[in-house]
Amino acid sequence: MTGAAIVCEQMAFSYGGAQMLFDLTLPAGAIVALMGPSGSGKSTLLSLIAGFETPSSGRVVIGGRDVTREPPAARPVSMVFQENNLFGHLDVTANVGLGRSPALRLSAQDKADVAAALARVGLAGMEKRLPRELSGGERQRVVLARVLVRDRPVLLLDEPFAALGPAMKGDMLDLLRELHAERGMTIVMATHDPDDARALSSSLAFVEAGRIDAFGPTEGFFGDAAPQAFRRYAGEMRR
Amino acid sequence: MRPSARLLAGALAAFAVLLVIGGAFAGLIAEVGGNWAGAAAAFDPYLLRIVRFTLWQAVLSTLLSVGPAIFVARALSRHPAFPGRRLLLALFAVPLALPAIVAALGVLALYGRAGWLAPLLGFVWGGDWPGIYGLSGILVAHVFFNMPLATRLLLESLDSVPADQWRLASQLGMGAGSGFRLIEWPAMRTALPGVAALVFMLCVTSFTIVLLLGGGPAATTLEVAIYQALRFDFDIARAVALTILQLLLTIAAVALMATFGAATTGEASISVASRRHAHVPPPERWANALLLGAVAAFVAGPLLATLLSGLAADLARLAGESSVQRATATSLALAAVSATLAVALAWSFVAARGALAARRSGRLAERAADLGPLVSLVVPPIVIGAGWFVLLRRTGGTFAAAPFMVAGVNAMMAMPFAMRALKPAHDAATARHDRLAAQLDISGWNRLRLVDWPALRRPLGVAFAFSASLSLGDLGVIALFGSESVKTLPYLLIERMGAYRTADAAGLALFLGLLCLALVLVADRLGREKP
Repeated sequence: MTGAAIVCEQMAFSYGGAQMLFDLTLPAGAIVALMGPSGSGKSTLLSLIAGFETPSSGRVVIGGRDVTREPPAARPVSMVFQENNLFGHLDVTANVGLGRSPALRLSAQDKADVAAALARVGLAGMEKRLPRELSGGERQRVVLARVLVRDRPVLLLDEPFAALGPAMKGDMLDLLRELHAERGMTIVMATHDPDDARALSSSLAFVEAGRIDAFGPTEGFFGDAAPQAFRRYAGEMRR
Repeated sequence: MRPSARLLAGALAAFAVLLVIGGAFAGLIAEVGGNWAGAAAAFDPYLLRIVRFTLWQAVLSTLLSVGPAIFVARALSRHPAFPGRRLLLALFAVPLALPAIVAALGVLALYGRAGWLAPLLGFVWGGDWPGIYGLSGILVAHVFFNMPLATRLLLESLDSVPADQWRLASQLGMGAGSGFRLIEWPAMRTALPGVAALVFMLCVTSFTIVLLLGGGPAATTLEVAIYQALRFDFDIARAVALTILQLLLTIAAVALMATFGAATTGEASISVASRRHAHVPPPERWANALLLGAVAAFVAGPLLATLLSGLAADLARLAGESSVQRATATSLALAAVSATLAVALAWSFVAARGALAARRSGRLAERAADLGPLVSLVVPPIVIGAGWFVLLRRTGGTFAAAPFMVAGVNAMMAMPFAMRALKPAHDAATARHDRLAAQLDISGWNRLRLVDWPALRRPLGVAFAFSASLSLGDLGVIALFGSESVKTLPYLLIERMGAYRTADAAGLALFLGLLCLALVLVADRLGREKP
């Protein structure tokens, strides 16, 4: 599986008085960081691409296919939420297995894939644990294992590592980079941390007030030529 | 469930509720339309006297319940840790779990003409103790029920006072008087109108207690008069007039309650949050101990009398009687059906409400989904029963309809309580799982099996046990629709009382009380355990 290009065409959405309009083209296989102030619309943009929200006008095209009217499960997308990525009453294997079969009816091949995915993210031996028996980092690894067995060309992450300590976050970023090298999916990650963006992404989209304010190579945002609004935002972050 | 399925479930539940209420109104309207003069003629001085008594006993009951509750709650809050406090709070939860018929019998067994206290009361009275039928009996029973409830609610408001305020009070050297005036009273005052309105509402619609303890035309409320008009006088026009008045009265009471923002469905558990208090000086300590002791005796008395009288009955013979066995089976079956219906209705409403909120559109529909279930509080079971009774009378199928009426109406009455048990868990579970389930395409049966059932089975169990308990002890609809062919335990109990087989009635009351208590305990246990 390789990545798919994401095209948001004049995608309009209003939420509680905030008017948003997104127009953005992300090439297949890219790793894009999505940055911007709280409430600027990062999460909404991800939800629109994943299908949890429907734009009032405009289109979402993924891999050349118009998916604007498709339900979330039918889109070639996996999304990692800020929280509640796992069912607390189901064990690790079941949570990952749901990525293959929503009825949890798994063939021998499926079970082997689940085990392999868990081993790949470093969770071999924890198959029977419940989410509450895992650390925050391990829980996010379970989610990534499910992303592996779902094997969709697009991976969206909504501030996935915000709750992790620096060392664990570094490990997760490394893992994400390795998985991208293996699978080549298109990754879009919303984050507040400029270091995350620099460590992982090839390009960066800066969202402000429901619009894409700037989009380009990540390095361009951290030099003297950085857009003014982004500098203001990043400066705020560092203070 | 998908959002559309949830809305459909909500619509179906609303339709079912409207059908039950609509049928009752259809019966009333048809009757009034057919006999306008008769209904108008029923508004006579006697009817006005009934209205006056209904309001009067409710006002007195409210004052006598809420007034002492202020001081009981305060005493409990002043002493957050003393031996037996938990036991006392548990004792206060028992009346809420008991059917009204059992409590009424307990009051009679204690204060009645042949009650356990009759010799003592006769001595004080100076002659043969006449028993406490009439207003005094009604008041004692209402206070027995509602004073612990009011205490619990007021204690909650006192517990919400931040601990820092108490520390500040003791630092400033506030005495008991200024502490009450400056801290305790303001905290309780905000809750007081709502608590009083709730108790007033419960007393205005009280049926069983007035039926058993009220005596003759001098102490009759609208609900009991409706029952008598339908079952004994066959005076349909009067019953319709009474029903309409009762409906107006309840609507007024609910409006009152809504104005004061009271919780319409009290919970059966008591907060036992303990907080260290400032030193309480010995005189007040003794006064509080005396007050709590007296109140404990007042609440425990009828319970103990129920137990003793029940044990004195020939329980072995009762258990062997086929009529008792049949009534038990009927009661349990009807309670199970009624609880299932109540839980299904509650789940549908809660799910639909969540789906509406998620769509972030249609404020009107959301309001409707909030208010819809409250309809069952506005329209008392007797009113619904009376409407259907009048309607079915024309078809001649009144008594054949008994099981459906009992199960259906009791389900509606239990629904708000079931919703209260279900809503927090349901809303938390959907907030956690909806997007994930949508992404992974888990829907329909899979969603129910893998996601909803594991998350909701405990609150569903709570709702079921609580609804079953309510239905099991109810003597409202069955009083109207009961017959030789369909008898529940409360109906059988009334029958035995009417035949002066008091010992049998006491034995049945003990059995019924224990059944309901067991169900509520199960609900409580399920509700406490962490999933």
